[in-house]
This record gives sequence, C-alpha cells and structure tokens, in this order.
Amino acid sequence: MGDILSLVAKRLGLGLLILFIISIIIFFMVELLPGDIAQAVLGQGATEENVAALRKEMGLDKPAIVRYLEWLGGAVQFNFGNSIVTGESVTATIGPRFMNTLFLATYAAVIAVPFAIVLGIIVALLRNSIFDRVANVATLSAISSPEFFLGYILILYFAVNMGAFPAISSLSEDMGTWELLNRTFLPALTLVLVVTAHMMRMTRAAIINLLASPYIEMARLKGVPPWRVIVKHALPNAWAPIINVVALNLAYLITGVVLVEVVFVYPGIGQALVDAVSKRDFPVVQACCLIFAATFILLNLAADVGAILTNPRLRHPK
Amino acid sequence: MTKVKDQILIDRLAEAAREGRISRRSFMNYSLAAGMTASAATGLWATSAKAQPKSGGHFRLGAHDGNTSDTHDPGTYVSFSMIQLAHTFRSYLTLIEPDGSLGPDVASEWSATPDAKEWTFKLNPNATFHSGRKVTANDVVASLNHHRGEDTTSAAAALVSDIEEIVDNGDNSITVKMAGGNADLPWLMTDYHLAICPANEDGSIDWRSGDGCGPYRLVNAEMGVNYELERHDGWHLDGAYFDKVTITVLNDPNARQTALVTGDVDAVTQIELKTKSLLQRDPNIAIDEVPSAATVTHPMFCDQAPFDDVNVRNALKLSMDRQEIIDKIFFGTASLGNDFHHSPAMPYWPDDIPQREYDPEKAKSLLKKAGAEGLEVTLHTADSVVSGAVDMAVLYSEQAKQSGITINVKREPNDGYYSDVWLKKPWCMVQWGARPTPDVMYSLAYKEDAAWNESHWENDRFNELLVKAKAELDDAKRAEMYREMALLARNDGGTVIPIFTNFVYARRKNVQHGENLAPSWQMDGARACSRWWFA
Repeated sequence: MGDILSLVAKRLGLGLLILFIISIIIFFMVELLPGDIAQAVLGQGATEENVAALRKEMGLDKPAIVRYLEWLGGAVQFNFGNSIVTGESVTATIGPRFMNTLFLATYAAVIAVPFAIVLGIIVALLRNSIFDRVANVATLSAISSPEFFLGYILILYFAVNMGAFPAISSLSEDMGTWELLNRTFLPALTLVLVVTAHMMRMTRAAIINLLASPYIEMARLKGVPPWRVIVKHALPNAWAPIINVVALNLAYLITGVVLVEVVFVYPGIGQALVDAVSKRDFPVVQACCLIFAATFILLNLAADVGAILTNPRLRHPK
Repeated sequence: MTKVKDQILIDRLAEAAREGRISRRSFMNYSLAAGMTASAATGLWATSAKAQPKSGGHFRLGAHDGNTSDTHDPGTYVSFSMIQLAHTFRSYLTLIEPDGSLGPDVASEWSATPDAKEWTFKLNPNATFHSGRKVTANDVVASLNHHRGEDTTSAAAALVSDIEEIVDNGDNSITVKMAGGNADLPWLMTDYHLAICPANEDGSIDWRSGDGCGPYRLVNAEMGVNYELERHDGWHLDGAYFDKVTITVLNDPNARQTALVTGDVDAVTQIELKTKSLLQRDPNIAIDEVPSAATVTHPMFCDQAPFDDVNVRNALKLSMDRQEIIDKIFFGTASLGNDFHHSPAMPYWPDDIPQREYDPEKAKSLLKKAGAEGLEVTLHTADSVVSGAVDMAVLYSEQAKQSGITINVKREPNDGYYSDVWLKKPWCMVQWGARPTPDVMYSLAYKEDAAWNESHWENDRFNELLVKAKAELDDAKRAEMYREMALLARNDGGTVIPIFTNFVYARRKNVQHGENLAPSWQMDGARACSRWWFA
C-alpha cells in the first residue's frame, strides 16, 4: 500500500501547484475582460464620478498584482475573501450552490454509472445484435445533441405533454426528500443521457477487447456460459479503462452542468460562475474555477488509484 | 333570427368581460351595436364584468434578468428582477398609476413654489416599515441622500444632481430645494432607484436588512434565484390582494414559457416574441401587450463628418423602413418612432407631428444637396442592445441601399458595450428604458452639456425650451414647448429612433388585472404583485 500512498501524496502536491497556476491564469483573464466591475455593476447608469466612488469602495483602486497577492494571502489560509459586488463571504455565497450541484451530480451518477456499465456488459454480450445497434445509436444520439436541446425535449414530453414532472427545478428549503427527487428528476435524467454513451461504449470496447484473449477462449472451451465469461473473467481485467472514463464523466457532471442549470433553472454553481464572470466578481470566479479544477484533479487521482488497485500489475512498473 | 344572433354576440361580450379580455369602453360600444340600450349595457357590464378584486392566494411570478450578484442596494439596482422585487417590497414617494398618471405613494400630496424650485412632499402618516416602525421624514431624507453627495455609488446620481438640499420640515413633510426649477420632480421620484429605506442614525440608509415599506414583506431572498414575500398588513395603499408572493428568477425565455404553460408559475415577464403567436393559442394563457416609452436609439455625433450635415442626418432617417423593422424584428410588438425621444406612453406627447416615412428618393436628393452621394457609414451594435439588434442593423443597411447609402454593420462584444462603444463611436445603437417624462429623457441625453448627450447635438432653441419647459407649471404651455422641441429633434437632431418597444408579458387566465396596465415597466409598472388578483 505504501507505494499508493506515496503516489497520492505526490499527486496531491502537484495538484496544489496546478491550482496555484490556475489561480494566476484566472485572475489575469478576468483582468483582461473589457470594462471593469464598477462599470458592470452600474451598467448604463455609470457616470465618471460614481464609477470612481464605487471602484474605491470595492478596493479596485489598488494595482492588480496587489489585489491578487491579498487574495492569495487569504486563500492559503482557506479564506477566499468576500464577493466584491455583494460584500458577502465567498464561502457563504458559493457553499449552498456547490452543495446543490453536488446533489444533482450524485443523483445523476447514481443512476448513470450502474446503468451505463450494466448496459455496456449487456451489449458486449449481445454484440452485433439488433439490441447492440439500437443501444449504440440511441446513446450516441443522446451524447451528440446539446444538453439544452435534450433538456427541452424532456421538458416537452415529461413536463408539458404528460405533466409527470415539473418543468423548472427551483428549490425551496422546506422541500421533502421525495419532492426534491421529483423536482430534480428531469435535469438528472438529462445528465444521465449525456454521460451514458461514453461509459457504456468504453465498457463494451474494453470487454470485447479481452474476448479474443486465450484465457477467455479457455473459459469458453470449458463450457462456461457467455454471461459468466464476461462478468467473471473479462470484466475484472477491463476495470481500469472503465474507471478512467467513469471518473472523467463524474467530473463532467460537476463542471459541465451550466446549460442544464439554465434550462431547468436549477440554482447550482455553474449559474453562479456565469453571473460572477459577467460582473467581473473575481473572488467568486476564482473560487468556482478552483472548485472545478480541484474536482478534476481529485477525480483523476481517484481514477489512477482505482486502476492500480484493480490491476496489481500496474503497481510494479518495469 | 337577428335576435338570436344578437343574443350570441351579447353572451360572447359578457364572457369576454368576465375574462377581462375587453375594456369597458369597447364593451359598451359593441353592446350598443348589438342593439342594447346604454343602461342595459351598463347593467350587464356591472354583473358580468370580471369580479372585483378579491384577496387570497399565492402568486408565483417568473421574472427574467436576475443575477447571483444582485444586491438590495437601491443605488445599484440594474437587473429587471430586482426592479420588480423593489416595487413589491419597497415604496417610493410617488408612483405611476395604471393609466399612466402620477399618483401618491409614501407622499400623500405635494406642491411647489411658483418657480418650481422648491417642492414640498407631505408624507402619508399610515406608511410603516415591515419592522413596524413608522416611515418618517428622516427616512425619506436619508433615502434620497443615498443617491447624492460626492462619494455616492448610485446610478441615480445624475437624476438628482440638481437637488441642493433636502429639508425635514418637522411636520411629517420634506422640502426638496433645487438649483433650477423642475416641474417634473414628483415624476422623478418614481425612479426605481429612489426607494424609501429605513434610516440609520448616521444619516445613511439600512438597505442590507431588506426592510421596506412596500406592500409585501420579504421573508426569504436568495439573490438571482427566488424571493418569498408575505403581505404587509397595514400597507398604506389599496391593493396587495395576494396573501403570498414568490418571485422566481427564470432567465431562460424557454423556461419562463414552459413554467407558465405547465402552471409552475402564474405569470411571467418578457415572453419570447418569436413564439408569442404559439403561446397565444393556449386557452389558459393571456398575453398582455403594453406600448411603452422604451426604445432603441441610433445616435450620430452631430459634430463629426459626415453627420455634421443635417441633410445627411435626415437622409439616414428617411432611409429606414420602420414598419418592416416592426414586422420582421419585433414581430409586430412595437410602435413607430418618429425620431424624437418622446413616446405616446409619456405625458405631453404631441399627437399632430407627421410620421416620418421611408422615402429613399427624398433621401437621395438630400444627400445630393449635402454633396455626400454614395455615403458610406458604420453602425456599431451588439446583440445585448435589444433582442434582434444586429438583425435590425442589417435590415436597416439593406433598406438604406435604396438611397445609395452603404451602412457597414459592426458587431461589438456585449461585454463593456456601454463603456467602450456608447458615447465613443460616432454612430451606434443604444437601448433606453422608459423614462417617466420628456424632460427626464431630454435632460439626460439631448441637453447640450449632458454627460450622456449621445448625439453631441447642440441646438440653441431646443436647449432654451428645455430649461423653460422644465420650470413651467402650466401644463398647456408645457405641452406646446415639448411639441416644438419634438419637431426640432425630429428635423435637426442626430438620433434615429425607429420604434418604441411594447412590453409583452403573460399570465394564466385565472390571474386578473384592472382595465389599464401602467406603461412604466413590465408587469403593470412592476407592481403586478400588489395590483393583480386571482379570479
């Protein structure tokens, strides 16, 4: 296990370095945007005097590098500052939003991952049959359509025509679990449709790859039924690539949901990020982006660790 | 036979009246045409016209344009959902009534000195904040001062810059003293920034707590997501029929529309014009369309070639087919503009000024006179100016080809449009929200020394009249001055004003409203939550 722990430690250290570099890039990208936060807040009503007053109030009269260093000084102590526009702490602004996004991502993942892997196994078993073709075409069509389009289609059939689910997923605090699941079903389903194809096809490909191996032929020759060949013999060796794809898709569920949030009016972090960018609210932008970056880094790490654990050979690189 | 037919007609009229689809005036006209006597028609109107407002219910409104970064600071109100919310939980000194006239809010009456330099507002003694405290003159003074002074961060600073002093008279009234006379001051007080908030001891206002003196009390506010409110018992005006109000931010037009169709909300702001006719087919939904004073101007720098020649300016005005723009870009939901920034939805509108028509021949002859044949100009625009702005510019450039003018459409980024393009490029498109009076509009963007004189237009007579009309308390004289100013702007000014947009919003049919809808903002002057009711 020691080798895994040292790998995790190494990768986490590298991850911190990456986060630091990303924070610099994001800060200066926000600086590069035309107009500044005071103008964005005052909009068309901006005059020279009130823009200057607002800039001063927001602390924008200091040079960019000073503002960045101030932010960095706070960030290393886990204090991500206050939103420039609203003056509230970034943690309080983003926290509930991020929990909402995590909830939706978990909801979708709990449905999508088992569904995709089981479907992948079934189509590997029934490869080149009609079922295989139909499943492939259907999932590929789903992944090829933009999310907002899928969302609109689902709304049209499930919300407008059938009235089975609500069209908008606005949340309120006094909602029970059942109502929450009901309200967020359509956005979760949209996400499921978007991520299923990738995972299913990787499962199928990884298994089929192995089916030509001698040990699978051996199993077949000894009379093992086809489903057992796949589940017991092929699947354990196919986990590594599958875990990789699952991890990537989980990251996508968290970072790629902004369109789904807009279509279903779901108060997640993507919407907060878009608002913050349009107002040049740097501390909020920074926090959102770092959350996204950290999600990718951690899930990639998890994928590698998972792959190593399921395939002992990877622990002894030649 | 005729009798049966007439009866069917009368039944239909009664039904239309019940559903609130027909105004009293049209109802009377049609009823008389159907052979009823005037008194019978009046009786029928009284019995079948939609029921009087009744209290109760939970009104859910889907509003566009909300951001996570919105705040309760009235000085930086900018998104529409906040304006909607402000009119629901806060009050103003005065308000715009559904028929477009000026009415009392926190101020119950007001009067001016003859030079219109000093205005005294008497406050309504019944006005209270949600915390239970009475609204005092001190609160009103602090609320107005929030937008004044050197270090104010308010977007309404320009609007109140003429005010020199605001005095608490000690008898529940305030007096506003101004540098110059302004007959419009009570109208200015309806501006959405000038909300009345509780004063702190140091003379600033407490806007953070979300306390207000409006018809509804804020229970829960999640910025850019949703706002829950409850009726403020003891509100100082009539109305506030709903028990509870929820305003949900629905930025996506499609989300608004489906939420309305599926009944997740009871009314929505700003529907997509492209799909208006489809939405109209739904029997449960009513669409309200109200002509407004909001517009898209095309100001050109009158002190810069080629726009420094009035013939060139007028040639450009004549080269636009406004009706085609209304039909193709606004899907019929706009009214004709006439190149002066004064819409029929504002007071003192002069109705006898001839409409400028599309006339490429005349434009050609003007260009010849100016020696500017084969004119080539660039029009800067961005999609954020108005939905379809770039298409509108392209359509205009096609229309102008008939007069031998080449308009190059330059599409600018939405971000920073109002800091980098507006007031910087010699010809661009600008969105203007509805302003309450012609004076506000002309003083903001047409006065020679205004910071936002977007067309750099300097006309002595116009500026002289502007100052005179501003302090004129006699309505008839004022109207005459605004008529002359409109003509000057139309024939000499540097701004093409193609259209005034209509407000188009929708509700489910069980939501009802009075005969008129205020032209100041969408949703009945942003006051639907306190003016409308459930059938």
